[in-house]
Amino acid sequence: MTEAPDTRTPQPGSAPARRGNGRANRRLPLARETGLVLAIAALVAVTWLYNPLFLSEQSVRDILLGATLLTILAVGQATVIVTRSVDLSVGSVLGLSAFGSASFLMAFPDLPFVLGIGVGVTVGAACGVVNGALVAVARVPALVVTLGTLYVFRGVDYWWASGSRVDAADLPETFLGIGRQSVLGVPVPALIAIVVVLAAGHYLRSYRSGRELYAIGSQPAAARLSGIPVDRRIFGAFVLNGSLAGLAGVLYAARFGSVDATVGTGMELEVVAAAVVGGVAIFGGSGTVYGAALGAVLLSTIDAALPVLQINQFWQQAVVGLLILLAIGLDRLLAVRAARRLRAGRHHGD
Amino acid sequence: MALVDVAKSFGAVQALRGLSMDLRPGRVHALVGENGAGKSTVVKAIAGVHLPDTGHVEIDGQRVELTTPADAQRAGVAVIYQEPTLFPDLSVAENIFMGRQPLGRGRRIDYATMRERTEDLFARLGVYIDPDRPASGLSIADQQLIEIAKALSRDARVLVMDEPTAALSGTEVERMFAVTRSLRDNGAAILFISHRFDEIFALSDEITVMRDGGFVSHAPTAELDIDTVVRLMVGREVTTLFPKQEVTPGEVLLEVDGLTRDAAFEDVSFSVRAGEIVALAGLVGAGRSEVVRAVFGVDRHDSGTVRVAGRTLPRGRPAAAMEAGLALVPEDRRQQGLVMELSVQRNATLTRRWALSRLGVLTGAAERSATRSWARRLHVKAARLSDAVATLSGGNQQKVVLAKWLATGPRVLLIDEPTRGIDVSTKAEVHRLLSELAADGMAVVMVSSELPEVLGMADRVLVMHEGRVTAELPRAEASEESVMYAATGQREAAA
Repeated sequence: MTEAPDTRTPQPGSAPARRGNGRANRRLPLARETGLVLAIAALVAVTWLYNPLFLSEQSVRDILLGATLLTILAVGQATVIVTRSVDLSVGSVLGLSAFGSASFLMAFPDLPFVLGIGVGVTVGAACGVVNGALVAVARVPALVVTLGTLYVFRGVDYWWASGSRVDAADLPETFLGIGRQSVLGVPVPALIAIVVVLAAGHYLRSYRSGRELYAIGSQPAAARLSGIPVDRRIFGAFVLNGSLAGLAGVLYAARFGSVDATVGTGMELEVVAAAVVGGVAIFGGSGTVYGAALGAVLLSTIDAALPVLQINQFWQQAVVGLLILLAIGLDRLLAVRAARRLRAGRHHGD
Repeated sequence: MALVDVAKSFGAVQALRGLSMDLRPGRVHALVGENGAGKSTVVKAIAGVHLPDTGHVEIDGQRVELTTPADAQRAGVAVIYQEPTLFPDLSVAENIFMGRQPLGRGRRIDYATMRERTEDLFARLGVYIDPDRPASGLSIADQQLIEIAKALSRDARVLVMDEPTAALSGTEVERMFAVTRSLRDNGAAILFISHRFDEIFALSDEITVMRDGGFVSHAPTAELDIDTVVRLMVGREVTTLFPKQEVTPGEVLLEVDGLTRDAAFEDVSFSVRAGEIVALAGLVGAGRSEVVRAVFGVDRHDSGTVRVAGRTLPRGRPAAAMEAGLALVPEDRRQQGLVMELSVQRNATLTRRWALSRLGVLTGAAERSATRSWARRLHVKAARLSDAVATLSGGNQQKVVLAKWLATGPRVLLIDEPTRGIDVSTKAEVHRLLSELAADGMAVVMVSSELPEVLGMADRVLVMHEGRVTAELPRAEASEESVMYAATGQREAAA
């Protein structure tokens, strides 16, 4: 599972697609992923030409680490969006679990640090259970539920921290090591992110319950008639997303060492943006986690490249916005062209 | 399988009142009744969508509780619903095998096998649809075929078919019947629902008739004939099904010249006079609906002109078309004709919301009074006009769509599949209404896949094949043979 560390790996997207021997329908997402890889490559190339230091070892490490959290969050978010839901609370969940795992390790420095990771992921999963239960069982729209829990989880975070913060000095070295060590030059958090992407991608592609998530997002009423346990699946997607946000929180704590109650504030929109730029349809049913991950990498690379290119940071936001509009416009164009091709195909086929 | 004294009500509406029926292995049991008679509720009780209020379902003499569709599927029930229930974003093969995908090593989905099995299923049905293409963009007929393939793939012991043929052409229906018969011979119990009597009599072994949610009669098909069944369904004699009035055509109201839309239809020209009913016939997918959509301006055409009473319409502007006196009753009433969540009265007045409002304020009372007269004229059956239109039966929904467009006082009525999925007596009502409208000087363009309707109602028949008009037949020359020849693109009839 240790894929090439390069951010420009098209393999995850193309491998399963080829196995499916797909034509019309698999071509679209693949086109999106290739486009993203090209966009990232172009951006890196231009920035590198402008300032060769951009590809120094330290700088690449920073970019990878920066992309890690967003990528993990985008993978979880994509899983939820595919079911025609959305989870706006991920920034708060990340903050809560970062604080949870850090303060657990501060309180029990002698316990193995793996328990700290467990605590963080469990906190995230618990948040996912709350979201999932409200959405799937109480049938409240996800947008409203997670907008509410965004504030609730953040409030809990503030209450728990009550103004205090955890500093790197309070945390065991082994734990902080997660954020600092590398395997074959790749930072450990980036490796974890790659494993998450591949595992989630494989699950959504090759397992029944994974495919059912797409079915639910594509046509909820038909999914019910097909005997798919719709509520259970949506619940599961939220718990998965919560756990991943929890994992991201742990990695945040391990990387930065200092954690207070504001960690992750405002991240949710960037996460949704990464998924949308990555080709995950906001109304569910289509898109891949590979695309979402590449979207996250692209957004992080933009964040890193614009200062190097000495572009005013005011433009940074505008560029991200433009990118979202571009992505949506591209989707529309491809959809229209695909529809025309399919219709023409039908006429010949008959 | 048996239904024993099953009853179900939705709010104040009693949809099903103590119905009992048996489905036996190796038999095709037809269920007939007017729209709103409760047939769909029967289907949903068997499919595990609705749990009956009283009564129960038995399988092999054992009482079973089918509380979810999954329960019903486990019990060996497969259902082909009237409206296709596909996932537009997923591939055809995935649509067929969703939740039952063939698994390989480590419980992973075996895509190659799934693809092969899909091709086998299509081979049995004698059609070819690319298993890898997404379901979106498929015609209704192809979607229906996928539903059939889905049911077929389940090897069901009980197969429920709720108007499976509504969108299919003649040859596809024949193939489906062959498959249905082979399933029956293999011991499946089949419940067949249709509004086409020729199909019911060709396929079924026994017929149960329902009316107003209750049981009316049950008898072997051999002991019944069409007239008897119709009388039982309606509970009264149906006056003639096609009450065509002879009208002397007036001035030309609609002229279509060289209309072309890329990949849909080419060089379509025709004209319609006041008082005329012109039918657009042809197989599903021939481009008929696309033509009327372009005439009305929902879709832009690429070249050609549309003139109403001599004035050329701008392309792609439905509002201008409405102003010029055009009305379009679309094919798919759920998606295109109605806003299902809104009330009957609001739907019926949607086209006139400005005319009905005072100083920009639209009151419920104004909507209600405007709707009431149309509801009475068209015999719309609704508990309250403020109920959501989704609660009505198919036939009544169609009447609401008609009311909505007739209320604009159109001079040219474009109507696409006016009687799809509606019952005999409503059909007769719709036909009578169309006749009356033509007699009052309206020009009517009717797209229809039902040959008896085309032949019975039209003054002239335009036949389309693969996007082109292949024949224009006056009433006297139109026969089943001549229309089918032209519709299948054979030359004999094109002359």
